[in-house]
Amino acid sequence: MANIFYQLDQLLAFFGLPEPIQFSVLTVIKAMIVLIPLMVTVAYFTYAERKLIGFIQNRLGPNRTGWYGLLQPFADLIKMMLKEVVLPVNANKFLFLLAPILSLTTAFAAWAVIPFSEDFVIANIDAGLLYVLAVTSLGVYGVVLAGWASNSKYAFLGAMRCAAQIVAYEIAMGFALVGVLMASGSLNLGDIVMAQSGTSFLSWFMWPLFPLFLVYFISGVAETNRAPFDVAEGESEIVAGFHVEYSGIAFGLFFLGEYANMILISALTVIFFCGGWLSPFAGVPFLEGSFLSAPHFGWLALKMSFFMFCFLWFRATFPRYRYDQIMRLGWKVFIPITIIWIGVEGVMFAAEVGPWSD
Amino acid sequence: MITSFLFYTFSLILVISALGVIASRNLVYSALFLVLAFVQSAMLWLLIEAEFLAVVLVLVYVGAVMVLFLFVVMMLDVKSESLKDNFNRYLPMGLLLSLVIVIEIVHVVWFRSQDVISVLLPQANPESYSNTQALGALLYTEHVYAFELAGVILLLAIVAAISLTMRRRPGLKVQDVPAQVNVKSEDRVRLVKVPSNKDSSR
Repeated sequence: MANIFYQLDQLLAFFGLPEPIQFSVLTVIKAMIVLIPLMVTVAYFTYAERKLIGFIQNRLGPNRTGWYGLLQPFADLIKMMLKEVVLPVNANKFLFLLAPILSLTTAFAAWAVIPFSEDFVIANIDAGLLYVLAVTSLGVYGVVLAGWASNSKYAFLGAMRCAAQIVAYEIAMGFALVGVLMASGSLNLGDIVMAQSGTSFLSWFMWPLFPLFLVYFISGVAETNRAPFDVAEGESEIVAGFHVEYSGIAFGLFFLGEYANMILISALTVIFFCGGWLSPFAGVPFLEGSFLSAPHFGWLALKMSFFMFCFLWFRATFPRYRYDQIMRLGWKVFIPITIIWIGVEGVMFAAEVGPWSD
Repeated sequence: MITSFLFYTFSLILVISALGVIASRNLVYSALFLVLAFVQSAMLWLLIEAEFLAVVLVLVYVGAVMVLFLFVVMMLDVKSESLKDNFNRYLPMGLLLSLVIVIEIVHVVWFRSQDVISVLLPQANPESYSNTQALGALLYTEHVYAFELAGVILLLAIVAAISLTMRRRPGLKVQDVPAQVNVKSEDRVRLVKVPSNKDSSR
């Protein structure tokens, strides 16, 4: 991959473009390489969700459009694009249309620092972990503005719930990541993955940091407003929550953003706790040198799809939390767990036990 | 060339959004202009290669503080007319305050910089320079006690805020959450064997 980019760089230099433009062109190409497959994944993630929940509930799921319903996402997309975007009379037009765009851009912007393999990342920055935290925390603006600009009580209630929930779980998430950066000694996502290399999957951070791993992933589910924490759009109480007034492609952008965020949380969980692109069989004696022990993007994709599957599995399995229970879980259970485990980790450091002792 | 172009663009947007904060009639717009101002100042920090501080500015102020601000502002229903009255009333005070700040800035930038020549020419850092590492090295060696003290105070604030919600008033009817979670089906449901009536004509 790096080789290809090097050659591309040479090619652009050959055309005699000035360096800033050359850099911009290369970055745009890299961003497209990430974003276009991401869009396709989002499309088929919605299909996978409907199919999977269908199977779990003993139904078939979509099976009319194309072979096994495989064209269903595109049918949905065309339907959403052709529908009218209804603007409520008393809505704040500018913010009403800005909100879904904000929500989608922040979901995509975080992918800039995600390392897909050892040599492919759009921006290899040192404060990568902080950047991810900062950008994902901006996603709440889309929801809050949507709720306010719609000038509707249901939408406003949904936005209020969502904002309180995201702010609460962000703290637990941040504390869980403090454990990760203590263990890896770096804020750079690539370095965090490399710090987990060693013998097989036992050297991943998910084992010594198991409570933090659970807290991080569950907070991620809460942060993306997915079941069982989806009270922001709880249809049994507030119709559809913050996007109740949205239709057509304006709703579609929210939808896309939500799924992109789910994939992002899966990718981050894998990078922070499950060794990113590292192979689970690396360093196992009799597999040494075979393709099973080689680190590459396939492992990242495989691990990510497990967590993406978990998102859908949760939705089909768990009943929705009550709102006070969500708040209780975030503030009174997760934050104490993370604080205690950071203390335990400090003791492990001092006693030199654990994978980071060398 | 590109750096100064970016600098003037970001600064222009920063100044315009700062003016927008006080000039816009809608409180939500004011809050959003403030968000824009924070993001633009983060951009300016990026230009002087302080990427750690820039990202932290966005994370803390835009991602957390302003969300709560927006949260409160949206729930208020403030008439813009009453705001206008207050604006005129507090204007002299504000002008005085900004005058003091301007004098301080001029004092620092203009008069102090006359003595020191080297500050006039900031050098670009070498490629291996990492703002994060430089800050960490300084924070954990020279200022370690102040830094850890600040951390403990912040943690204390979080713990205090959570414990404030844990007070119990007598006679208050609230759910007993552990009891709800630990409930078994035997506690709630009683299965009764009802003998079927054989003589029924149905």
